[in-house]
Amino acid sequence: MNAARRPIFLAVLLLVLAAALAFLLSDYRLFQMTMVVAYAIAILGLDMLTGYTGQISLGHGAFYAVGAYTAAILMANFDVPYWATLPIAALICAGFGFAFGFPALRLGGLYLALATFALAIAVPQLLKYKAFEAWTGGVQGIVISKPDPPFGLKLSQDQWLYLFTLAVAAVLFLLARNLLRGRIGLAMRAVRDHALAAEAMGIDIALLKTRTFALSAMYTGIAGALGAIAVQFVAPDSFAVFFSITLFVGLVVGGITSLLGAVFGAIFIVFIPNIADKISKAAPGAIYGVILIAFLYLLPMGFAGLLRRAARLDACAAPPTKTLAPPPGKMAEEIRIRNG
Amino acid sequence: MRGSAETDAVLRLRPGAEAALLLRVAGVMVRFGGVQALAGVSFDVARGQICGLIGPNGSGKTTLFNCISGIYRYGAGKILFADQDLAAVSRARLAGLGIGRTFQNVALFRSMTVRENILVGAHHLGRSGFLANALALPSVAREAQAAAARLDDLLDRLDLAAVADIAVARLPFGTQKRVELARALIGAPKLLLLDEPAGGLNHDEVAALADLLQDIRERFALTILLVEHHMNLVMRVSDKVVALEFGGKIADGTPDEVRREPRVIRAYLGDGADASAA
Repeated sequence: MNAARRPIFLAVLLLVLAAALAFLLSDYRLFQMTMVVAYAIAILGLDMLTGYTGQISLGHGAFYAVGAYTAAILMANFDVPYWATLPIAALICAGFGFAFGFPALRLGGLYLALATFALAIAVPQLLKYKAFEAWTGGVQGIVISKPDPPFGLKLSQDQWLYLFTLAVAAVLFLLARNLLRGRIGLAMRAVRDHALAAEAMGIDIALLKTRTFALSAMYTGIAGALGAIAVQFVAPDSFAVFFSITLFVGLVVGGITSLLGAVFGAIFIVFIPNIADKISKAAPGAIYGVILIAFLYLLPMGFAGLLRRAARLDACAAPPTKTLAPPPGKMAEEIRIRNG
Repeated sequence: MRGSAETDAVLRLRPGAEAALLLRVAGVMVRFGGVQALAGVSFDVARGQICGLIGPNGSGKTTLFNCISGIYRYGAGKILFADQDLAAVSRARLAGLGIGRTFQNVALFRSMTVRENILVGAHHLGRSGFLANALALPSVAREAQAAAARLDDLLDRLDLAAVADIAVARLPFGTQKRVELARALIGAPKLLLLDEPAGGLNHDEVAALADLLQDIRERFALTILLVEHHMNLVMRVSDKVVALEFGGKIADGTPDEVRREPRVIRAYLGDGADASAA
């Protein structure tokens, strides 16, 4: 097979297999898989900012929460159909991300991490605030109903919601792939690797970072809306600081700057707490911690690092292998000849 | 403002000299706290010239380089590039104006391959934004093709084709310097600023660099300003040399003229040295 076509083929294969799960798993498992897909989108959003652009965010749970509440409020109070809440949540979260990112990104490094952390602390409390209670439902949160499959399709609600979420994710992943492998993606990585040199190449760092922040918040916000529709319920305490850290864990375990890594990170944060809970009801946190450390030890560059290593082995098995040493200066030679 | 009379005098051009002039440094002054790093330095660089900027440690040449490349603000004086005052231009816009640069200890994007590093240098030639890229519009593909064509040409010319897909961090220093040069060249600069290009290179590599600089100057119709410690390199490739000491200009002319200038000899070799020793 053509080497350039292979990733596309693999992506389509993966998507077909993922869609097939809708007809193989129980409704509860499908609900879990729906959450995996939603979290994968959220982690991909975080990856654009933290992985690609190098701006650490410990507060992406806040954008997820804003997306989730946007969907819930629109559905419960304004009877907006579930699918129509997604673009609205996307716009609101992008605006929110832009507004927050504009001043915050000037901080950079560890200070940005703290500023986003502060956001993660503030948002759940704001959601409980009395003045917004008519909309947010205060501490009680909002209950929404699960959408039925359209066009009289013979699917259960969980099957339909899983396939719908998967389709949205497929589109978002495709758009992200296009963006991240082109000039914008390169510019993001350039800013992360060496900001001053990136600037000398004509990259407007403040603008790029702010736009990336908005895009990142948008992805995570859409994930929040999808998650809220799947859970049928939003409440402030679901989006506490710990949730933001969980997304960060998913990013690191999955491996940064990798689309598949985001999926793996999402699988990790959905299923490992369950597994930990099964192993020990008394101390699931401790088991989770041990599993997490084991993963970081075994996969130091995350799941994506493992994939890259496998790809490299694959490439080495096929001739010709590349040489590290630079070839003798062809150009210098040419000039030497010309100059006698 | 001190030195403004001098600045104005320098800025008054002789008729006819305008077309040939690309870079004009006029009365630039920089002060760090109590230290006068640059005390009103002025010189011109004509289109197509290779201009060497020399001086002992602490003479202010790196400070001047940083003023031209937008890292430092200068208190007085002007820097004009193609008649545009650079004081009003942000660092990110310099590349678009046609000013490319390399860094003293190579500033490559370490996680990227050679190919990717060089492509970043073409960033300012592209116009496509987030949305166009995400949707993979045809304009994005056209831009990418144009950049790829320039890239292939440079990979060939700078002898980097064999290492194009290797992470830059794994390459020897001399090769990394060529990558950095290619990254600056892909952006089609009119003026190339080189910050100690010979630093860290061995004897053979310096000789090859001298040939390379003269070669790219011709092929890419470049003007080059280089800050350099390596005297042999500067004297060999430069059309014009500017020498600084204690933040002031002590000589400005052809390599031969500057080499013979007593103040340059004194600055490099100390008192009592004679011309033949230079």
